[in-house]
Amino acid sequence: MSAAGTPVLETAARPPRSGLGATLAHAGYVVSENPVTGLSFGLLLLLVACAVLGPSLAPYDPLASDTAAALQAPTLAHPFGTDQLGRDILSRVIVAARLDLAIAVFSVLLVFVFGGLAGIAAGFFGGWTDRIVGRVADTIMAFPLFVLAMGIVAALGNTVTNIVLATAIINFPLYARLARAEAAVRRNAGFVMAARLTGNTDLRIVLTSILPNILPLMMVQMSLTMGYAILNAAGLSFIGLGVRPPTPEWGIMVAEGASFIVSGEWWIALFPGLALMLAVFCFNLIGDGLRDIVDPQRRT
Amino acid sequence: MTALPLLEIRDLTVEFATRRGTVEAVRQVDVSVAKGETVGIVGESGSGKSVTSYAVMRILDRAGRIAGGSVTFSGLDLRAARERQMRDLRGREISMIFQNPRAALNPIRKVGRQIEDVLRQHAEAGSGDARAKAIAALEQVRIARAAERYHAYPFELSGGMCQRVVIALALACRPQLLIADEPTTGLDVTTQKAAKDLVVELTRGLGMSTLLITHDLGLAAAYCDRVVVMEQGRVVETAPSATIFRAPAHTYTRKLMKATPRPGINLRDLLPEAAPPAPAAASAVGEPLLTVSNLVKEYPRGGATRVLGRLFRRGDESSEAAPFRAVDGLSFAIRRGESVGLVGESGCGKSTTSTMVMRLLDPSQGSILFKGEEIGRVPGRGFARHPLRPKIQMVFQDPTDSLNPRWTAARAIADPILRFGTVRGADAVRARCDELARLVGLPVDLLDRFPHQLSGGQKARVGIARAIAPNPDLVILDEPTAALDVSVQAVVLNLLADLKAELGMSYLFVSHDLHVVRLLCDRVIVMRAGRIVEEGSTEEVLEAPKADYTRELIAAIPHPPVEARAPSPS
Repeated sequence: MSAAGTPVLETAARPPRSGLGATLAHAGYVVSENPVTGLSFGLLLLLVACAVLGPSLAPYDPLASDTAAALQAPTLAHPFGTDQLGRDILSRVIVAARLDLAIAVFSVLLVFVFGGLAGIAAGFFGGWTDRIVGRVADTIMAFPLFVLAMGIVAALGNTVTNIVLATAIINFPLYARLARAEAAVRRNAGFVMAARLTGNTDLRIVLTSILPNILPLMMVQMSLTMGYAILNAAGLSFIGLGVRPPTPEWGIMVAEGASFIVSGEWWIALFPGLALMLAVFCFNLIGDGLRDIVDPQRRT
Repeated sequence: MTALPLLEIRDLTVEFATRRGTVEAVRQVDVSVAKGETVGIVGESGSGKSVTSYAVMRILDRAGRIAGGSVTFSGLDLRAARERQMRDLRGREISMIFQNPRAALNPIRKVGRQIEDVLRQHAEAGSGDARAKAIAALEQVRIARAAERYHAYPFELSGGMCQRVVIALALACRPQLLIADEPTTGLDVTTQKAAKDLVVELTRGLGMSTLLITHDLGLAAAYCDRVVVMEQGRVVETAPSATIFRAPAHTYTRKLMKATPRPGINLRDLLPEAAPPAPAAASAVGEPLLTVSNLVKEYPRGGATRVLGRLFRRGDESSEAAPFRAVDGLSFAIRRGESVGLVGESGCGKSTTSTMVMRLLDPSQGSILFKGEEIGRVPGRGFARHPLRPKIQMVFQDPTDSLNPRWTAARAIADPILRFGTVRGADAVRARCDELARLVGLPVDLLDRFPHQLSGGQKARVGIARAIAPNPDLVILDEPTAALDVSVQAVVLNLLADLKAELGMSYLFVSHDLHVVRLLCDRVIVMRAGRIVEEGSTEEVLEAPKADYTRELIAAIPHPPVEARAPSPS
């Protein structure tokens, strides 16, 4: 292929030098510059591995009960101990990663698409679009968000889809407002005017000039809300909405283990709680690293 | 010179830690300022002139560090001074005026209070007399009705007024040394002159020393006793300002002076090397390309009073304010192959006019006739798909702001080609990009870089290439060189003149600088408050201005006394 031929159409948005190799090199630089970012990416890798390989990594069947081995403290055979039905907690924690991460990822993607686009439209076009998006966001913000999520799940039914939907809805104002503010700043930037002069329609301007420049910020926002979405899903399950037992899920496991803490069986609640904490921690840290990687200004 | 300088900078080296290792921003710089002396540090962007002043104040950002040399201020070693001592010095002994006066003031605090803060910080005033002293400080910088303005917030004041407040702040404690970092760059020429004259008068009156940091040789020549020229972190020449302009010793100084627009030269004189003479302007040819007649843009008067007035229905018809006319009945014409300069200070409506001609803004009244077609009636939003869209293009003021940060130079130049579909196929588009790059003198291998990897001059070239890509008939140049260094400006102005001759375009050159306009334009329109003050051929308007306002504008531009044109005092 000729280097001079390809990079003009849509692919020209990326220079030939910064293909995958350059991006990886840049990511390597960012990680080496900030070890915490490296740590959080390692953690993410572990979580993703658990989510993808879940059942094959787990030493026991997460649903198999063994009343003879009930309520065992951590041992070599059961590193995280067993619960009241004798199920291996390590296996349950590993298998639960898939469901928790799936809820978080899908709800964040959903709100990114709808909240982000609504916010950009509001910021770019102003006027009525802005008013409508603004009032919808205000309405959602008027409720305590977790209570709103509870209400949505209770009204729509106790399914995973509805948890995803509820999590997406309560995050809508965050995305819409961020995107709106950023789009409004760029609406009158020189390069947007220049895009108008070169015959771009408004839709094209939004897609080629506004959206790509807001993306780094949105990425950070996504990473932060990912942690929040996991907490939200676990919280809903904890109070009995959402995922039902015996499905392994960190929130339910903490809820089930909570009553045993008083009697000394701390491990049932502790390990799923720890997994939850690490996941949230990981996504919050990754936000910063991600921003450094996707920002073209940092790439020299 | 006095025996003991007030400020002595010796062998100063400042390093910045960056991704590619440490970079020396300032290398072995020697500057001394005697008591009562005004010293100018002149250089282009990146020459280290601001960094030097930050090092004196010890306000370098975290990545920067003084790596060597010494800074002595009236016997005190500033490099070794404790942070506590520095805090006492800043504002009381050494104060600073920054570039953007509005940004230098706290937007939510009354200006009088901000002056009080400085006075109290340095125990120059107590709670009893702070207010009176603050008002006195405002009076000193000739702010009319100072007692009233004491209560003003920065946004209620004009740019020039804000700069006066900043000067009052800097001088409130009667410091011995004033560092002025591009103090007038963001201001209009007439405001600029007033502000600078004020600083000079006050500092002379108080016997203060001034370190003036500027990119403008004319300004340095007009106000400094001595001038230090810096290039890439080094001092290349230090000399009294009277001699430096008559006999510049260093080649860089000569180049810098050559590139500064001034009366009595032509475009080619700006370039360091001799170039073939500019192609004779095929002046005043062809039929009118653009005819603007009776153009008006009105904005409703906003603000709380209007809303309140509407709420309470207090005001009868007479108190309802008339809409504000940013452009008030403007008529002019541009012929094919002609360049017309549109000159005026900020707020005179020149940008509003160019934006309306550009069809990004809808006029309230009047007509815009382009190639015999009335385009003023086509709504701006829909003009992107109009067949005449490719024929009017624009070069923007800020080359950085006008390029999409996520597009390479090639993608930015290709955008109009792709949208207007003049050329099809990836190879053909790329070939056209290469051709345009060559036309504007941009090395082809830079085309795959992102804007932040290009220099200011290169970004300007990308912007020009993008504007000429669809073969426009009219190009609007909105202060295309305002954000560039003088030497880059010289090259870009020449490029624009060559392109015009080669491609036969017409230019509407919007600028505040009459000297720059003179170099490129056949005719000039001087605007003030939305109306045309004076119009005529460039020579006529500059040599024999009829309107007082034009005369004032021309007089306000400082320029170096080059080539012994000015009567020499020695």
